[in-house]
Amino acid sequence: MTSRYLLNRIGQALLVLWAAFTVSFILLQAMPGDAIRIKFQNPELGLTPQQIADIRASYAADSPLWLQYIGAIGNFLTGNFGYSVHAGVPVSASLAAHLPVTLKLATLGFLLASIFAVAIAFLSSLARFAWLRSAIQSIPSLFVSVPTFWLGIMLIQIFSFRLKLVPVINPGPWQEFLLPVITLAVPISAPLAQVLVRNIDDVLTRPFVAVARAKGAARNRVLWRHVAKNALLPTLTIAGVLFGELIAGAVVTETVFGLNGIGGLTERAVGTQDAAVLQAIVVLSAAAFVIISLIVDLLYPILDPRLRTNPGAAA
Amino acid sequence: MTVLTDPRVPVLEVSDLAISYHDGAHYHEVVHGVSFRVEPGEVVALVGESGSGKTTTAQSIIGLLAANGRVDRGTIRLNGTDISRWSDKQLDTIRGARISLVPQDPGSSLNPVKTIGAQVGEILAIHGKLRGKDRERQVVTLLERVGLSEPELRARQFPHELSGGMRQRVLIAIAIALKPQLIIADEPTSALDVTVQKRILDLIDELRREFSTAVLLVTHDLGIAADRADRVVVLQGGHVQEEGRAIDVLASPRSAYTRQLIANAPSLARLVTRMPATARPPVGAAAAEDIVVVEQLVQEFPRPGLREAPLRAVDNVSFRVRRGTTHAIVGESGSGKTTTIRAVVGFQKPTSGRIRVDGRELAALNGEALRQFRRRIQLVYQNPSASLDPRQTIFDIIEEPLLNFGAVTRPERRERVMSILSRVGLPEATALRRPHAFSGGQRQRVAIARALILEPQVVVLDEAVSALDVTVQARILDLLDELQQDLALTYLFVSHDLAVVRQIADTVSVLRGGRLVDEGPVAQVFERPGSDYTRELINAIPGRTHPAFA
Repeated sequence: MTSRYLLNRIGQALLVLWAAFTVSFILLQAMPGDAIRIKFQNPELGLTPQQIADIRASYAADSPLWLQYIGAIGNFLTGNFGYSVHAGVPVSASLAAHLPVTLKLATLGFLLASIFAVAIAFLSSLARFAWLRSAIQSIPSLFVSVPTFWLGIMLIQIFSFRLKLVPVINPGPWQEFLLPVITLAVPISAPLAQVLVRNIDDVLTRPFVAVARAKGAARNRVLWRHVAKNALLPTLTIAGVLFGELIAGAVVTETVFGLNGIGGLTERAVGTQDAAVLQAIVVLSAAAFVIISLIVDLLYPILDPRLRTNPGAAA
Repeated sequence: MTVLTDPRVPVLEVSDLAISYHDGAHYHEVVHGVSFRVEPGEVVALVGESGSGKTTTAQSIIGLLAANGRVDRGTIRLNGTDISRWSDKQLDTIRGARISLVPQDPGSSLNPVKTIGAQVGEILAIHGKLRGKDRERQVVTLLERVGLSEPELRARQFPHELSGGMRQRVLIAIAIALKPQLIIADEPTSALDVTVQKRILDLIDELRREFSTAVLLVTHDLGIAADRADRVVVLQGGHVQEEGRAIDVLASPRSAYTRQLIANAPSLARLVTRMPATARPPVGAAAAEDIVVVEQLVQEFPRPGLREAPLRAVDNVSFRVRRGTTHAIVGESGSGKTTTIRAVVGFQKPTSGRIRVDGRELAALNGEALRQFRRRIQLVYQNPSASLDPRQTIFDIIEEPLLNFGAVTRPERRERVMSILSRVGLPEATALRRPHAFSGGQRQRVAIARALILEPQVVVLDEAVSALDVTVQARILDLLDELQQDLALTYLFVSHDLAVVRQIADTVSVLRGGRLVDEGPVAQVFERPGSDYTRELINAIPGRTHPAFA
């Protein structure tokens, strides 16, 4: 891997971030109404039109669009995400309060989804009977068709109310995450498992598997030593893409379980048209997406020897 | 589970073996009561075309039938012990140790993400032979034994860093690691260039003598069987047609099928079957008769680094082809033959040099003119299954070029497609079927029909018969010959196989490493090769040295 490739990739990542910022900026400005009106035109506050105009001026809400755009970009570049009109606190403070919950939920959810996917795929390849194999292989279709909110409610019903395994009130720091993580992991694991099952079946037909069998390697040895890595490699790309679904899934999951994360923050910001908060969340999600794909791309040459450029080695 | 060695007992004795495959609804028998034996240290060739059951038989011996296959009856005795009903667990103890496999395609037969050393070492590990440093040393010894240079370096490399021939040597190292009594070599060289092919077969020969290992050589090429086997078993449609000493079977074949196979094998053809030149357009006519003229063609490709010199794939190649004749471009992989023809059909602009086809300077053509030029020169590719769109019907595939080139009315298109179909020997009823319903030979006929529908002057055949069985190959070559005479076509025939070239071409250019090393009329090049390389290519043709054909 050359440093030129690396610079290229980072350049692309920055371009994507800029595009996400610009598009979300335009969309948010195009929305009718804004957060300031929603908050301060409330008749209960009894503000005069003059006072509202002053507040608008203090937020620079009526300056020309391109000036606002340049100002916003400048602020973002210096790490200043602006003020939440609704909450009256800096957006960065609001994010700092909500991000850890979502980060923990997403990371654990993704790990569990990977475990589910690998378990489903390898169990189905190890299954000796055709009926068992097709039963295991139909799990992903079931998983992907279950609505997240329904699954969350069912898990609470069963584990909290019937079996009383996970307390609903005052759960411990890990108990609190147990059910949300499962809820989030189930739909994410489905496409991963499907791709993995396909890849394993595909790799099993390759000639090098027959060669390994001809060496006297047993089925399990072939599966773990020869098939596993070859089948997992193409799954990495899908895993990167699925991160987007993770964010979307987190919004619903946090609402169902009453977790105070980015999902809840997004929901409230949409309700109050809190543009600054939404803008920051969009850029943050885009950044997370870009970083994950960058990591996946940089990981490939390390895991797959065929992608390492090694001049002069071929003879 | 041990199998005792007894010199009086054959290493392998297959009797009345029947195998069937499940197609989703029923079992269909594909091997019907095959019997043969392999004595210790002997080489037996299992010869047949695709579908003859030779690979299925070989797979069943080592217990590697596809999941939908099963042995219905018969026995497979290894040193007298019937292993045909053994479980995978039992077979694991003898696979690699007593029987081993040299597979068909070295390109995909090594795990791409493991080092060569790990893959050779694995067979020692599975059978509990040697540990740690001793095992590593043994791996290096084995790699050295199969003729790989710098074995320590190879052991640390990955498969993609080795050439096809080197990979096949690695696979042979794995196969001989535990000195088995029987090696099953399943088309071990059909994916390799001829000169590499010869070296690999020599290596197998040498090693089996050294370890007195018996070899079951599965091949479609009677020439290879003639060269390498003590005895030959000819299979057709799952039945043994003929069995006997290689020398006897080839000199006086008893079955009609074997006679047919011998007649079709280009490597065994004693005489050039080409029509005498007198029946063709006169030789040595004016330069105006040259329909394809390539002068000092150079093709360079930039390399990734900025400072590195570009890769010169074709280096100063010139040749001329007279109208109505066949010119062959011969070379191994990396010789620049494909790059040369890509330039001739106008797929890429040459770095320098001139190309003239049917009186047009290729360099002067651009855009629409270049598109119109493609009517005059058409391509037929090597792999007929990959070059036909599986979703189109045969009619659509052949009709498409007509739609691309101007106004031809629907009834006229239909008429032309139907007439070209019968021209290439396919019945009209096939027009509405899709490529998957056809055999390899039939698909290649479709590809030829598609190339001919525009009535081109020149047809470029890029390894067009290399993927076909000898019998099918012979029929396609006959068809090409017939079409050439009727339609006054000019062929540019690209091949790595000199034996086929001898049958079809009038003139030949031999390329090596992008340079022209030999050229001239085919008979002259064969009788008085102009370079050591051409001589090496000719010597590598299997079957030549066999006493029955000397």
